[in-house]
Amino acid sequence: MAIEFKPSPSLPPPVNSVGAVAWLRNNLLSSPLNVALTLFSLYILYLLVPPMIQWGIVNATFTGDTRAACTGGGACWAFIGAYFEQFMYGLYPSEETWRINLSLIALVVLLGAFAIKTINKFYLSLVITLVYPVVAYFLFAGGVFGLVVVETSLWGGLFLTTLLGVVGIVASFPLGVLLALGRRSDMPVAKSVCIVFIETIRAVPLITILFMASVMIPLFLPDGMNFNKLMRVIIGITLFSSAYMAEVIRGGLQAIPKGQYEAADAMGLTYWQSMILVILPQALKLVIPGIVNTFIGLFKDTTLVYIVGMFDLLGRIQAANHDANWLGTTVEGYAFAGFVYFIICFGMSRYSMSIERKLDTGHKRN
Amino acid sequence: MSDKTKPNNSMLNDAGTRALIFQVLLLSVVVFVGYFLFTNLQNNLDNRGISTGFAFFNEPAGFPILMHLIEYTDSGTYGRAFAVALINTFVISMLGIVLATVIGVIVGLARLSNNWLVARLATVYVETLRNLPLLLQMFFWYFAVLAALPAPRDSYEFGDFLLNKRGIYSPNPSFQDGFGLVVMGFILSIFAAMALVVWAKKRQTRTGLWFPAYWSSLGLIIGITFLAFAIAGFPLEFDLPQKSRFNVTGGMVLPPEFVAVLVALATYTGAFIAEIVRAGILSVNWGQTEAARSLGLRDNLTQRLIVLPQALRVIIPPLTSQYLNLAKNSSLGAAIAYPELVSVVMGTTLNQTGQAIETIGLCMLVYGSLSLTISMFMNWYNKKMSLIER
Repeated sequence: MAIEFKPSPSLPPPVNSVGAVAWLRNNLLSSPLNVALTLFSLYILYLLVPPMIQWGIVNATFTGDTRAACTGGGACWAFIGAYFEQFMYGLYPSEETWRINLSLIALVVLLGAFAIKTINKFYLSLVITLVYPVVAYFLFAGGVFGLVVVETSLWGGLFLTTLLGVVGIVASFPLGVLLALGRRSDMPVAKSVCIVFIETIRAVPLITILFMASVMIPLFLPDGMNFNKLMRVIIGITLFSSAYMAEVIRGGLQAIPKGQYEAADAMGLTYWQSMILVILPQALKLVIPGIVNTFIGLFKDTTLVYIVGMFDLLGRIQAANHDANWLGTTVEGYAFAGFVYFIICFGMSRYSMSIERKLDTGHKRN
Repeated sequence: MSDKTKPNNSMLNDAGTRALIFQVLLLSVVVFVGYFLFTNLQNNLDNRGISTGFAFFNEPAGFPILMHLIEYTDSGTYGRAFAVALINTFVISMLGIVLATVIGVIVGLARLSNNWLVARLATVYVETLRNLPLLLQMFFWYFAVLAALPAPRDSYEFGDFLLNKRGIYSPNPSFQDGFGLVVMGFILSIFAAMALVVWAKKRQTRTGLWFPAYWSSLGLIIGITFLAFAIAGFPLEFDLPQKSRFNVTGGMVLPPEFVAVLVALATYTGAFIAEIVRAGILSVNWGQTEAARSLGLRDNLTQRLIVLPQALRVIIPPLTSQYLNLAKNSSLGAAIAYPELVSVVMGTTLNQTGQAIETIGLCMLVYGSLSLTISMFMNWYNKKMSLIER
């Protein structure tokens, strides 16, 4: 009778090579240098994190009407509470802020409608890009249907930041596409006009453009014809970011193989048909990260309007810091602004990663 | 056959003609708009009684400038103020570029470290600083950090350096007679070191023998300079900053505006450079490292001779644009009154003289040429580093 061969069960791996111990050994303590680096990092964390928690949460005061209420020795978040409305809406009259909220809700609903399958996306886009801005403008500015007029000089806070960012983004995108196509065109005049425009704008800082918008535009216009300051700043920001957008899109256009252009020509498509139907959809998809980066940059750059005397979120915080009733709350204000900007910018960059994955058709080289 | 199949040879359907018509239209629109703006400008300037030209450059400016590296008094001219501002912009851009590169390389390598904690810390640094507006960071450094430093009386002391809310005070070197000899010695030693490196390289190609050229040239530079220093009789004295009750006297001061702008620019741009460095190193195929190891190269030689030169090709073009961004972003110093170009020329000078066209035009010209210079230099470097294909 045959003896059945029974392998003895294998020994478990050494404690050192699995589980938490192994992870520690591999990731934190693999060599003397690594041990030193780990200790150094722990020291930095020890220096930064406990005091921050102490200041921001443990010893912080969250409610109160004046500086005197903040007695904990930590952060005075009551300051943010007291100024919250100004940080959000600027000096927009309190009883009218529903107009801003309403237009924001409307935008969210309209964008959300893209998720509904039965809706015609083309008409929806038209509504968002053509009808919505007009309605929103009249809601903000007033003067129609019995709405009280609100001067643009009162617009401010996060509302102004968002307005500048969104309008800049929406307006600079088509302009950027046109400039990029112009720069790639065979027509010498169109090409040189686009190159001169793009390179001039890209060579100078945004501040000079904003100064130009606020100081020089009135000099270049005939008497009696003038825009208000907000409009001039929006024009400046749009022109500025369209030049950057154009360069990003040009990168995408150059990455499309020549065969695609030739195939589109061979199909008998006109220039605009071949661009809109064949080239741009592919090119734009390639450069989504670059486009979103430009948008994030534009959003961060809107803070510069403070220098030409407009009070966006950062500007309002800066103004609130001078309030004699709330002296010494500078850090709280900046922390709040930082929190808001971080959420928005970080959110945008994560969103771009998700679109990238969604649109990825597997033609990537890697 | 009927007309239907005959091709329509109308001029309007010819691609060349259409391009021509379009371009003529475009050109006339551009010329018309330019003419329109120019005539308006002339009318407006006449109406407001502003005379164009740079004559105001010779008039006394009459405002103080916080930081001037060349002689400047309140009675200096606008031209002089412009020169001061130009130097300030230039200095902060160059220092910022150097510091940002150092920070960027360190953080970029830290993100690639196989130490989990270090990599995480570097990621947090990069993600935080990249996603906050630069102006906010500048305000934070200036109004929150530097303004919270103690008064001169209670300055922090680091050796002969003092740190308080008026800025950083350091010993001010004053050069005595004979310092020229030291400078000459230094220049001479640099030439000697360069010759040594060239000789070592030639010898290595000829005989294969290796010579520690970099260490010995460092020794050469330090040695010769020190020798010249000793021969000249140590012609250098330091003016040390002294704390008094309300102020600090003597020494050299870096005003808080300067420190805030520099720190903000360097840390912010450093975060972007870190990502560029990381991407560049990741772009080098792992096979290259393996090949180097199988040739028997040590780890640091693998990095220096194999990975880094290949990574640099990917790194340089985006690095150039970060340098350009930094130079342009130095204009944000205007917001915290660092006396750079925008704040002096487009701020004070424009307000006092009303010469909008000249001042804004001048600023755009300066930034344009600064950008052009940096990008020309980086293009030259890029060409030097790029793959030579046979």
